[in-house]
Parts: sequence; structure tokens; C-alpha cells
Amino acid sequence: MSGRWTWFNVTSVVLGFAFLYIPIILLVIYSFNESRLVTVWAGFSTRWYVEMFNNQGLMDAAWVTIRVALMSATIATVLGTLAALALVRYTRFTGRTLFTGMVYAPLVMPEVITGLSLLLLFVSINMDRGFWTVTLAHITFSLCFVAVVVQSRLVSFDMSLEEAAQDLGCTPFEAFWKVTLPVIFPAVISGWMLAFTLSLDDLVIASFTSGPGATTLPMKIYSQVRLGVTPEINAVCTILIGLVAIGVITATLVTKQRAVADARARQADPA
Amino acid sequence: MNLFRRLTILIPYLWLLVLFLLPFLIVFRISLSEPVLAMPPYAPQFDLGEGWAAFRESLSQLSFANYVWLTEDALYRNAYFSSLRIALVSTFLTLLIGFPLAYGMARASEELRPILLMLVILPFWTSFLIRVYAWIGILKPEGLLNQFLMSLGLISEPLTILNTDTAVYIGIVYSYLPFMVLPIYATLEKMDYSLIEAAQDLGCTALGAFWKVTARLALPGVLAGCLLVFIPAVGEFVIPDLLGGSDTLMIGKTLWTEFFNNRDWPVASAVAIILLILLVVPIVLFQNAQARAQETGS
Repeated sequence: MSGRWTWFNVTSVVLGFAFLYIPIILLVIYSFNESRLVTVWAGFSTRWYVEMFNNQGLMDAAWVTIRVALMSATIATVLGTLAALALVRYTRFTGRTLFTGMVYAPLVMPEVITGLSLLLLFVSINMDRGFWTVTLAHITFSLCFVAVVVQSRLVSFDMSLEEAAQDLGCTPFEAFWKVTLPVIFPAVISGWMLAFTLSLDDLVIASFTSGPGATTLPMKIYSQVRLGVTPEINAVCTILIGLVAIGVITATLVTKQRAVADARARQADPA
Repeated sequence: MNLFRRLTILIPYLWLLVLFLLPFLIVFRISLSEPVLAMPPYAPQFDLGEGWAAFRESLSQLSFANYVWLTEDALYRNAYFSSLRIALVSTFLTLLIGFPLAYGMARASEELRPILLMLVILPFWTSFLIRVYAWIGILKPEGLLNQFLMSLGLISEPLTILNTDTAVYIGIVYSYLPFMVLPIYATLEKMDYSLIEAAQDLGCTALGAFWKVTARLALPGVLAGCLLVFIPAVGEFVIPDLLGGSDTLMIGKTLWTEFFNNRDWPVASAVAIILLILLVVPIVLFQNAQARAQETGS
């Protein structure tokens, strides 16, 4: 399809992106506002960033959130990759329909239901709520997202490569580890990143499954936002937005570089 | 059946059985029990450890009182209807903004498209809570939107937008726009635009060709996008809680209040079960669409 930009196309794209980005840009600008009144501009200042780093409660919550996100993203990536393998490779095993349903259902399940049901599970087995319950809950819902991402890469994987490895004496696990995993690795990494941000972002499920001493950053932000907009929260949000933007842009550039390198390698080697 | 294969299936299967399916059964069980003033605040029903007689005994004690109460009480009925209405209206508004955006993106030049795509995905990676929060500062009575409109002289009194249903619509459209744009873009990008030229050569007007060709071909993407917005919007909690008013009833918020403020776990569980029943049809539609996409993809 040829690129055809009519005035209609340009306007809808420009307006659409303005709608998507203006709120975020305003938030970032006003985090550098001197005034405590968030919507009145009183000159440039970084005082809210200083106050933020001196706020022990916020820093504790940030630390809990990062630990939960690292732990849950890593375990969810392992489990999600296994689930994707099971879905793509093994088309016949007992209870496959139930399994498929359980992998897809959390993607569309309202968070309030997931949170409530997991909490009731933890209560009924008398598990103390805190760091571990939040982590378990986050693993469970993000493993499904990882499974979908990895699955989309696995369907186009050429199985004969792994068969060849097994013919040459690899065990099935070695064949997976040495042949399949390197090929699907970019998908595994993006699955991990998705799981990490989902965990970082989650308010509802964490509120249900968390306990004393395990307040996550979204929970902290939420309880302060309910009392009103503060410049300090603007500063926290700006830092989070900055980190995510750097992460996403780096990931895009790396994959692009790899794609360019691949294309060059293919051009250099016509066979 | 080798060990690796067995473990590949077994580990995620068991995990999901214990941490996804079992919790649902517990929610269902608790929704059938009576609230008590204790911790946990409900009277447990059918404890399987106590043998068959005890199981039969407890079956006779199961109570649908919570469900009867939910269907009789106008508050809950209104909450369900108003969730469906808010979700439907915002899905429609998202489509209204998302379709032209996806269309414009699909018709941009080849080099520009990946950049535009990344720009749509980028806000999705930033925190949901932050994006909703950003709108509070804009929509407040003394907020940036009112300041802007008043400085232009368009209005003399600040508009009340925050804490109304309008703010909830804005919040949902804003938060879920990428979910609408991406599937529509995916179908439009693959489309062969010579079909439109053909339709126009055969006497269609530009609008007629759009309606008969583009809209038809984009239908799977539009359907997927609408479901991806509608399903989570029905159970939404953060947006109605932060942007909506005290009279904005949504079922996710009701569940939260029952659970955290009224501490009525059995009623909260019953609310969850009914919400799930309401969503079964769109969720099954979504799963079928997923399965179909997977088949055509492989």
C-alpha cells in the first residue's frame, strides 16, 4: 500500500497523538513547578524531587514494588514460556481445553475479581498476607501475558531444527535450551518486560493481596491521590515515565539494530 | 512421553489450577455463605475434611440469600446497568477516536509507520494510575482545561467535569485507546487499497467505497478492539473511583466498597460471580477471536 496522506489522515493522527500525549506532558511540566498549588505556575524548581527522595514512606514502597516486580516477572517468564510451549507443541493432552481457557481467561478477567479470589484463597489456607502473596498474585496474572507473547513467536518456529538437534544426540531439554530458546529469546525478553511493567503498574490486585509492611508504590500513590493532587506525586510519576520511556526506546533501538544486522548478514551471504 | 514434555505441561497447569481455578471455586463457595462478625468475616460452608455426612449437611445449609438480595436491591441492579451503559458509551467513543487514528497511521509512509506504532504503544507502558491521575489536574474546576478555556474567553464560569460521568468517559477512552487502535491498525495495514480505487472506478463515491470496502474489511479488527475495551471497562475500578463522582455507580467500585468498607465478603463474592456471568458472552467471543487469529497466524 502506498503512503497517501490526505488532510483527513494527517489531522486524525495529529489530534489522536495530541490527546494521548498532552496529559502526560502537562504532568511532567508541572512536576517542576515551584508552587504547592499544582495548577498554578510559579517558576521552575526541582524542590519536589528533593522532597520525594526524603519521603521515607515513598522510598520504602518503591523498593517493595521493584522487588515484587523483579521476582514476579522472572518466575512468570519461566512459567509463561512453559505454558506457551505446552499450547503450541502438545496439541493433545488430557484437559487441554481447560488449560487453554485458564491461560486466556486472566487476560480479560476484571482485576477486582482476580484480586478478590486470590485473597480468599490466601485467607482460606491461612497464609500471612505481605510480600509473598502479592508476588504470587502477580506471577499468576502476568504468566498468561508472557504465554501469549512467547506463543506468537513459537508458532513460526521451525520444529525440524529441534528434531535435528535431538537426532544429533541432544536430550529434549538440551535441544530446547540450545536451539529453541536462543531463537525465541527476543519474545521471552519482551514477555519479561511486559510482566515487569504489569507488576509495577498494578494497584487493584496488590491492594487485595497485600498485607502490613508490603505497601507497593501504586498503593501509596493511590492513597495520596485520593487526598488530592500533589507536586510530589507529579515528581514520582515523572521519574516512572522517564524510566519507562528510556526502557522502551532502548529496546526498540536494540531490536532495530539487530534487524539491520540480520538483514546485512543475509545480504552478505546469498546462500 | 518424556520427562521434559511432562514437566512443560504439568508445572504451568498445576500453577493455574491452584492459583486461578481454585480461588474461583472459593469465591463461589463464599458467595453462598452467611456473613458473620469474625475473622474471616463469613461462616465457612462445606468443609470437605469432615466426611460425607457433614458435606451433605452443609449442602442443605447453602444459601442463595446473597443473590436474592443482590437482585432485589435497586442499588446493585443500577450498578450493573450503569457499568454496562458506561462501558458501551465509552467503547463507542473510543472507536470514534481510535478508528481515524488507526486509519491515518495505516496510510502513513512505510518509514513513518513503525515510529507511529511505537508512539501508540508507549503510553500503554506508562502506569495506568499515572495516566488517570494526569487527568485530575486537567479536569478540576480550577484545573488546566478550565484555565485554558477561560483565557480564550469561551466560558466565564469553570465547567464541572471532574467527578461526573463525563470524566469517567474521558478516562476510559484515554486509558484504553491503544487497545482499540492496535487491532484496527493491524487489519487496515494489511488491506489492499487498490480495492478502493476499483470500487471508485465502478461508480462508488469516496464515502460509499469507504463504507462498503474499508469498513467491511476492518470489521474483525474493530470487533477485537471493541471487546478489548468493553470487557475491562465493565469491571473498571480506578477510573470511576478517581474521576467519577459519588453518584457514578460502577460494579467494580461496588465490589471494592462491599469488601473494604462494609467488610461483607459473601456479598462481595456474589457481586464478583454476577459480574463474571455478565462478562461470559464477551469473553467467549474474545476467546473465539483469539483462537481464529491463532489459526490464521500459524
